[in-house]
Amino acid sequence: MSAPLLQARGLEIRFGGVVAADGVDLDVIEGENLAIIGPNGAGKTTFLNISTGYLKPLAGTVTFLGQDITRLPPRAITRLGIARAFQIPQLFLEQTVMENMMIAAAARSGETSGWRRLLDRPEREEMLRLLDSVGVAAFAERRAHELPEGQRKLVDIALALALKPRLLLMDEPTSGVASSEKMGVMDILVAALAREKVSSVFVEHDMDMVERYAHRVAVWSSGRIQTVGPPAQVLGDPEVRQRVIGI
Amino acid sequence: MQAPAQTSGSGLRLAIVLGLVALAAIVPILLPSWATLITLVAAKGVVVLGVIILLQAGQVSFGHAMYFAVGAYAVAFWGRHMGPGDLILYLLLGSAAATLFGAVIGLFVVRYREIFFGMLNLAFSMVLWSLLEKLYHYTNGADGIRVVRPTIAGIAFQPETFQYALLYVTLVIAVVASYVAQRYLDSPLGHMLRAIKSNETRLEYLGVSARRVLLIGYVLSAFLCGLGGALVAVAQQIATPEFGYWTKSGEFVFIAILGGSSSALGAFAGSAVFEIVRFYAAAKLANTWQLILGVVLIAIIMFAPNGLVGILNRNRRNAEARR
Repeated sequence: MSAPLLQARGLEIRFGGVVAADGVDLDVIEGENLAIIGPNGAGKTTFLNISTGYLKPLAGTVTFLGQDITRLPPRAITRLGIARAFQIPQLFLEQTVMENMMIAAAARSGETSGWRRLLDRPEREEMLRLLDSVGVAAFAERRAHELPEGQRKLVDIALALALKPRLLLMDEPTSGVASSEKMGVMDILVAALAREKVSSVFVEHDMDMVERYAHRVAVWSSGRIQTVGPPAQVLGDPEVRQRVIGI
Repeated sequence: MQAPAQTSGSGLRLAIVLGLVALAAIVPILLPSWATLITLVAAKGVVVLGVIILLQAGQVSFGHAMYFAVGAYAVAFWGRHMGPGDLILYLLLGSAAATLFGAVIGLFVVRYREIFFGMLNLAFSMVLWSLLEKLYHYTNGADGIRVVRPTIAGIAFQPETFQYALLYVTLVIAVVASYVAQRYLDSPLGHMLRAIKSNETRLEYLGVSARRVLLIGYVLSAFLCGLGGALVAVAQQIATPEFGYWTKSGEFVFIAILGGSSSALGAFAGSAVFEIVRFYAAAKLANTWQLILGVVLIAIIMFAPNGLVGILNRNRRNAEARR
C-alpha cells in the first residue's frame, strides 16, 4: 500500500432534506480493497456515483491520480482508469456474454472500426480467460438476459475488469449471489483483483465479507465518515457495532 | 440484423439471397412491366436498410424521407443546371448530399431519444418539405423537377433498354449495401449501436460516447436513404416534394416493420410486398390500397411481430427442431 489513488475532499451533496454527504474526506490507497459500510440511505452508493461522474457534488472535489475528476462525465472517468460494477447488473441483455465482453475490449482499445467484425478481434481469448477467472466462461455464448441474477452479477464485474482499470468501484458485489456461494465468489473476485493489480472500493452490508476481504473499512453514517481503519479495529468498535452493525 | 451468434443458417440465407437476386433479374425479362417495379423495390429496400440501422439502436425516425428527398433533389438539380450526367455521378451526388445533411442534422437529433428523436426528425423533414413546396422558383414547387435520364458508365441507353440496365445496377447496389450494412452491424461500432437500445448507461461506463456511436449510425442511415432516393428519382425520372413528406417517412418505417428489422433481407422482403400490393391494389382497388396495406400491417404486428423474415426464421427453427 502506498500513495492515494483516489482522494475525496469536502464532498457535500443532499437530496431534498436528506444529507448524503456532508464534508466527506476519504482516500483510496493503491493496492487496497476498501469497504464502505453503513446504514441504508447513509450515502455509500452516492460516493460511488460521485466518483464515477454520475452525480456532481454541491461542494468538494474528487481527484484520481492527482487529476480533478469532479466534473468529468462517466465515460471520461472510465477512460482514466476507474471502472464500476453495479448493484443491479448493467449488461447488454440482447447480446451474448462474449459480445458484451468484446464491446468492453473494443472500448478499452478505443476501437472505432465500422468494418472489422467484433468477434474477430484478438482479445477474444483474453476475454474468455477473464470470464473463466470469475467462473462464468460456460455462459459465454448465452444471451445476457438468459443468465440467472448471480451470473449476471459476475459478468457485470468481468465487464468492468475487461477495461483493465486501476480502480474498481463495486456496489454490493455479491448481492443476488446465493448465500452458500458468496464467499467462493469473493475469493475468485479478490484473487482476480490482486492478479490484475486493481485496487477496489466495495459497498457491503455483510460484515463477514468485510472482515475477510477488506484491507480497510470506512463507516459512512448520516452523510459523514464516522471512522476509517483496519477491519478488526473498526468492526470491534462498540459504537460502530451498535449504530451500524446493530449488535 | 443478425448477430454472428445467430449465423448458423448463414449458408441458407446466402442461398436465399442469391436465389431472390436471380429471380429479380430474370422476371423482368419475362414481364417487362416489372422492370421498374423491381427497381423501386430494390431502391426502397436500400432506404429501409437505413431505417433498420436506427431501429437497432431502438430509435425510430419519422423523418428519414428527408434524406430520400435530398438524394433525389441532388440528382434533379444537377440535371437541371448541369445537364445530363452519368448514373455513377448521380449516385455519388445523391448519397454525398444526404450524408452531409445527415451529419449536420444528426449532431442535433442524436442528443434525444425515443419519441423526441422520432418527432425531431419529423420536424426537420417537414421544414425541408415546406422549402421544397414553397421555393417554387428553385424547385418547381409541387410539380417537382424532371430528372434527365443519365448515361450508365458512359453508355447512353435507349428508354426500353435503360430500365433493364438501371434494374441490374440497382440490384448490385442493393446487394453491396446489404453486405456493408451487415458488416457495420457486426463491427464494434454496430454492436455498440445495438447496445444503446439495451443499456446506454453501461456503454457510457465502458468509456464510450453513445451520442457519437448513434451519430455514426445516423449518418450511415442518411447515406443509404440518399442513395435510394437518387435511384428512385432516376427510375421515376422526377423528384417531387412528396419524396420528403411525412407519409413517405411513415412508409419506410412501415416497410421495416413489415419485413422485419432483424435482417437486411427484411428490408427487401417488406419493400417487395409493399410495392407489389400497392401496384396491384392501386390498379384494381383504387383509393382502398391503403386499407389493404393497413390490414396487412395489423396482421403482421399481431401475429408476426418480427416481420416476414421473422416468420421465415420461425419456420426454419421449427423444421430444425423436428429433425
